[in-house]
Amino acid sequence: MPDIKFHSFLSTFFLGSSRLDCYSDPLGWKDGFSLETSNVASSCKNVKDVHKLLSTIIELGQGLVGQGKVRFSAAIDSVSEMVRHASVSSVSGLLSNLRSHDQVSSIFWLLHSDLHEDRVTAAFEYLSTMVASVEPLNQFGNGQRSNMNTFPLLEQSFAKGKFHVRFKRRNGRVRVACEEVRVEQSDVNFTSVSSDNGMINEGLIPKVQFNLQLSEKERLDRASVVLPFEHQGNGKPIQIYDGRRSLTNTKDEMTSVSTGKSETNDSSKGEIIYFRDSEDEMPDSDEDPDYDLDI
Amino acid sequence: MEDNGGAPSNLLDDAVGALAGRFVAVEDSVETSAAFVLHHLLKRALSPLSPTVVLFVSFAHPFSHYDRILRKLGCNLAAQRDNKRFFFFDMLMWEYQGERIRDEEKTRGDGLVALYGEIQKLISDLPEERKNSVTIMIDDVSLMEVAAKGSTNLVLDFLHYCHTLTSELGCSLVALNHGDIYSSTERPTLILQMEYLAGILIKAEPLATGLAKDVHGQLTVLNRGDGQGSRYKLCNFHFKVKENNVEYFFPGSRS
Repeated sequence: MPDIKFHSFLSTFFLGSSRLDCYSDPLGWKDGFSLETSNVASSCKNVKDVHKLLSTIIELGQGLVGQGKVRFSAAIDSVSEMVRHASVSSVSGLLSNLRSHDQVSSIFWLLHSDLHEDRVTAAFEYLSTMVASVEPLNQFGNGQRSNMNTFPLLEQSFAKGKFHVRFKRRNGRVRVACEEVRVEQSDVNFTSVSSDNGMINEGLIPKVQFNLQLSEKERLDRASVVLPFEHQGNGKPIQIYDGRRSLTNTKDEMTSVSTGKSETNDSSKGEIIYFRDSEDEMPDSDEDPDYDLDI
Repeated sequence: MEDNGGAPSNLLDDAVGALAGRFVAVEDSVETSAAFVLHHLLKRALSPLSPTVVLFVSFAHPFSHYDRILRKLGCNLAAQRDNKRFFFFDMLMWEYQGERIRDEEKTRGDGLVALYGEIQKLISDLPEERKNSVTIMIDDVSLMEVAAKGSTNLVLDFLHYCHTLTSELGCSLVALNHGDIYSSTERPTLILQMEYLAGILIKAEPLATGLAKDVHGQLTVLNRGDGQGSRYKLCNFHFKVKENNVEYFFPGSRS
């Protein structure tokens, strides 16, 4: 997972210019032990009480913007921490409630997907209108955690990553975008995905003695092959060698081929009417060959 | 400012840099132990030129074990303990008494909450000039989890609270964990959480080529930078553990 920290609040809610500190003493362990009190105006000493947390956030937000029409945004760093202390359903509940509050304009939260089961990540994704995810540029094929054998890739992965965004529009359509993100000293830069990631391909294609891919020439040759039932007959019936007779057939042995245009043929003979229904698929393509099966 | 106590710096010290206010997570495995890293950082913290006070929380070995090892490295732990520069928390016999969900008050008296309380109190009782240079060391987190009867959350809470000491008081925190214990777990939460929390990650692994006589393993140090200008740094080098010291060197650079 690339090390990209946009902010380093660590479990605080950042409300415009207001902050709810859930980092310093989330469980009240420091109560009763003498320590310099922090200057933060608001702090939470019991993150397990999600109801209280929700009302505190709203109170703080309203304190910032007043009771009128002005709205506030809330940012949460991080939901992964919240879910350690409270159930997924109560945290989802907090997010839903915040979301539906009149004065909340938007919420954004951080979740570390590698810390949770897929269903937990999915639950939070369902709640959101936009999901932005950051992944390493180089995915290790067998899902193993990186180790020193992949050191050169590891070095690269700490400053760069792939940034995927999926938004759900109001009209129901989903838009997906992908960029490369690079973390500089004090800046984060986004660029379109470079195509020279030969390293990615190297990792995914097994190294064998034969060639698993088509060369350019092979690709062109393949494209120029005319398929048997797609001869352009120029309006005339085509002769097809059916394998049983010599090529000098008598006329009544001929099979005529139609390319979809209507032709006046001898209707007592068999006809092959061929409509190509889908584009040529590469072998081993991931597409389900039965996807358009209509039973 | 070089805070390795004036000793000639080595690859490990260069990679780690200044420890103040940082959380160092050290990961190792059965094949390649990183205990020497803990010993090295301990010796560095207790050097005569550094004002650091060390709070050592041990779930793994008794005081005598560390005393013996550090003596070979040229450091007298017993004397440091008498001088109030080294505080040893012997947690070998500690056992978590169980969660009391209802009564918050009672849980304060036991367990990791109490341990944290002791640490915090000890730090606040230190003389002013020592308060800001405290190093807390934990050996090791997986045994802490065992002692807490498998309560990962409690261990993470404890680490979190120790982390607040690094950001509020400038303490440094060093914790050891064993990566291979979690290798069969689908989601090794504890290790991952530690990696998220750590500003410096030191990983000890065997060589890709297997066992060797002259090289005992490789160390990778990821230093995320202190957020004040210094960028992350990633270093990888080999090491050999000897009787009285450890040698660090880049692959192929030894004659």
